[in-house]
Amino acid sequence: MSRSHTHTEPVDHEAGKIGMWLFLFTELFLFGGLFLVYAVFRSQYTDSFHTAAAELNAFVGTLNTVVLLVSSMTIAMSLTAVRKRQTTRALILITATLALAAFFMVNKYFEWSYKFHYDLYPGSAVMKNLEHGVILFYGLYYMMTGLHALHVIIGMVLLTVVLMKVKIGAINADNFLLLENGALYWHLVDLIWIFLFPLLYLVT
Amino acid sequence: MKQSNSHISGYRELALILLGLLTLTLISVLITELHFGALSVFVALTVASVKVFLVLLFFMHLKFESLLLKLMVGMVFLLFTLVIIITFIDYLFR
Repeated sequence: MSRSHTHTEPVDHEAGKIGMWLFLFTELFLFGGLFLVYAVFRSQYTDSFHTAAAELNAFVGTLNTVVLLVSSMTIAMSLTAVRKRQTTRALILITATLALAAFFMVNKYFEWSYKFHYDLYPGSAVMKNLEHGVILFYGLYYMMTGLHALHVIIGMVLLTVVLMKVKIGAINADNFLLLENGALYWHLVDLIWIFLFPLLYLVT
Repeated sequence: MKQSNSHISGYRELALILLGLLTLTLISVLITELHFGALSVFVALTVASVKVFLVLLFFMHLKFESLLLKLMVGMVFLLFTLVIIITFIDYLFR
């Protein structure tokens, strides 16, 4: 069957969105599995987890929580802007989301460097001499925040592509599935952190 | 073939949701500062759940999505909860 090369298939918006949600479900179980491991070991090594968690900087954790919450709002607002044909506003909002994401990563960098400075990383000589429960806590801390940070980076790449497409008009009020799905991914990154934050930083 | 949702979230609504989320964050931080022990854990996780609920419903637009999508999300969370419960039943009875 021959088709004109200029013909583009109409996008089934609803199906595309459901597809993204299905992917998000797999991400929920990816992190959910780690939360489960954390929950079990926490119940078995309550005191060690308690003391180890106190070593984390709750202020930076709270700051990062605020940063991601604001970034979720800005990306949600950018969708409103695109749909209302307010392109400049949309570009500003997506850029703001990216800036907040970068700020989050900078905070994470300082947090981790601070720990590395004291040789508190998995497999270090210092770590090996700590209590088993403490070793488990740090292993989970690095695994969970590390995997989350990787998702932040992936999200930043995705949103940069979205930003460029909004700029050239490939994403617009009549065709915005990519922005909507990119925003959903970003909200997931925020959701995961909303649970990570109290589990790691607050339950001391 | 269904086209995109007709509901567009307003800027003001989204900002108000953020305000709610920030307030809840503040509450969870303050509650744990007060050191209620095991109750703090429960409160912190409950507050986190409310925040997740707000992000899901408003930022992720689930409140205005199809019933199909709402059911799917609900089922997935239910499944995850069951996995946690069953795992803990195993550990608690060893």
